[in-house]
Amino acid sequence: MNFLAVIGRITFSFLQAAGRLGVFAATSLSHMFSPPFYMRSLIKQMMTIGYYSLPVVGLTALFTGAALALNIYEGGSRFNAESALPSIVVIGIVRELGPVLCGLIVAGRVSASMAAELGTMRVTEQIDAMATLSTDPYKYLIAPRIIATTLMMPFMLVIVADVVGVMGGFLIATGKLNFNAGNYMSLTMDFLEATDVYASLTKAAVFGFFISLMGCYHGFYSRGGAQGVGISTTNAVVSACMLILLSNYIVTELFFAS
Amino acid sequence: MTNIPKISLKGLHKEFGKKVVLDSLDLDVMPGESMVIIGGSGSGKSVMLKCILGLLHPERGSIKVDGEETVNLRGNGRKNLQKKFGMLFQGGALFDSIPVWENVAFGLLAENKVTRTQAKEIAVENLRRVGLSPDVAELSPAELSGGMQKRVGLARAIAIKPEIIFFDEPTTGLDPIMADVINELIVERVKEMGVTALTITHDMSSVRKIADKVAMIYKGNIIWTGPRSDIDHSGNAYVEQFIHGKAEGPIQMEILKA
Ligand SMILES: Nc1ncnc2c1ncn2[C@@H]1O[C@H](COP(=O)(O)OP(=O)(O)OP(=O)(O)O)[C@@H](O)[C@H]1O
Ligand SMILES: [Mg+2]
Repeated sequence: MNFLAVIGRITFSFLQAAGRLGVFAATSLSHMFSPPFYMRSLIKQMMTIGYYSLPVVGLTALFTGAALALNIYEGGSRFNAESALPSIVVIGIVRELGPVLCGLIVAGRVSASMAAELGTMRVTEQIDAMATLSTDPYKYLIAPRIIATTLMMPFMLVIVADVVGVMGGFLIATGKLNFNAGNYMSLTMDFLEATDVYASLTKAAVFGFFISLMGCYHGFYSRGGAQGVGISTTNAVVSACMLILLSNYIVTELFFAS
Repeated sequence: MTNIPKISLKGLHKEFGKKVVLDSLDLDVMPGESMVIIGGSGSGKSVMLKCILGLLHPERGSIKVDGEETVNLRGNGRKNLQKKFGMLFQGGALFDSIPVWENVAFGLLAENKVTRTQAKEIAVENLRRVGLSPDVAELSPAELSGGMQKRVGLARAIAIKPEIIFFDEPTTGLDPIMADVINELIVERVKEMGVTALTITHDMSSVRKIADKVAMIYKGNIIWTGPRSDIDHSGNAYVEQFIHGKAEGPIQMEILKA
């Protein structure tokens, strides 16, 4: 009896949360496409989310590409397939590791800071104050963040992650594993297809949307002072990471499963 | 003088879960009047203001502004109504990501009727009216003392030239001299602009300085109203206890019951 009641309560609160998130996402989307647009906020967000994430995204991609090249060389040598290294590195990075690692890093950086900032604004009544000053918080706070992240992920961060990741593999292969530089590059370019790049950018945009949606949603509905903001921040990062991994599988399936 | 109240609350009811905060509350505020609400901590004063501002939605009851029902207003109707209100929040609620002058000019910039240069001039002028020098304009709100933050909040509330201003505990946490300065500013600005004012306070010297009329809220209900001159001989045991700050009397604090 009790057990059923618990299941029922959990199901109910899950549906309630899902419904609230759905309404939040729909409201945010409708505000993204209707004026007024706050260009100053948008540009500021693009700078903090895109430009200032570059160093950490670049370093992550560089070392991942390098480690990938070492692994594939060693693993491949067990059945004399070392020459497949350039193609495996480029596919691995562009289709999968570039967007996913970049997404996870940016989730840690950006959804956490969005949730903390909006959460603090919520508990100190700044969001209420904004509404009394003829400014819609969805337009001023949420829309610029979601637009900026959804654009900067594909058109800045993941492109950089892909290129730097491949470069990481290239540096190890030519510097340590005696590959010929020209040969390596031409193998890489020959193997890479337009679909791989489209998939990479699609993933990046989807991840960017989820990162900012989770950061804004959890921040916007924060309650209960500093502790509440801490909880929202954790929830934002965890849920963004889960959604990234889940949607990564779905986008991969849509693009490449035949 | 017209007979239509500027603000008229009838049977206002608000609860959070099982906790009833406003229990069929009635209150009328006439145009140009300065009404002060007194009442213990947690008696629902801030919640009442937030219901009038549309930041919280009451379960039942009516809120009329200039004789028009506002409870179910949405979209543009709500937006136009917001323009009538200015609010000084209990915690200040200044936007800490932008400098002081942008805080003060926030409502003006949101309406897009002035350029940034003009907005800054207006902001500096409003800061001067609350006794702050122009060099404060460039500071960030976090660099100000509590009293200065209250004054910036006041400047922000009057900058949009509202018809109705709410002050939520304008003097709490200030030294007696600064409190008196704020009280005086409120009286001057209210008289000068001819606005309707609704002030919440625990501070009896504030009441004596600001109020035309006083209302006492207790357990979500207005239990006494009268002109300022009557508070010292109200004949109401609750009011007597409150203004003299005695522990014994009909008002039992929550701590005693727990
Ligand atoms: N968002 C909310 N969710 C749940 N309960 C709330 C919320 N806001 C206020 N309350 C509850 O409503 C009651 C009244 O709160 P309110 O802020 O109106 O008190 P107040 O009269 O302004 O007190 P104070 O003088 O201390 O500011 C409190 O008991 C509070 O716990
Ligand atoms: Mg209060």
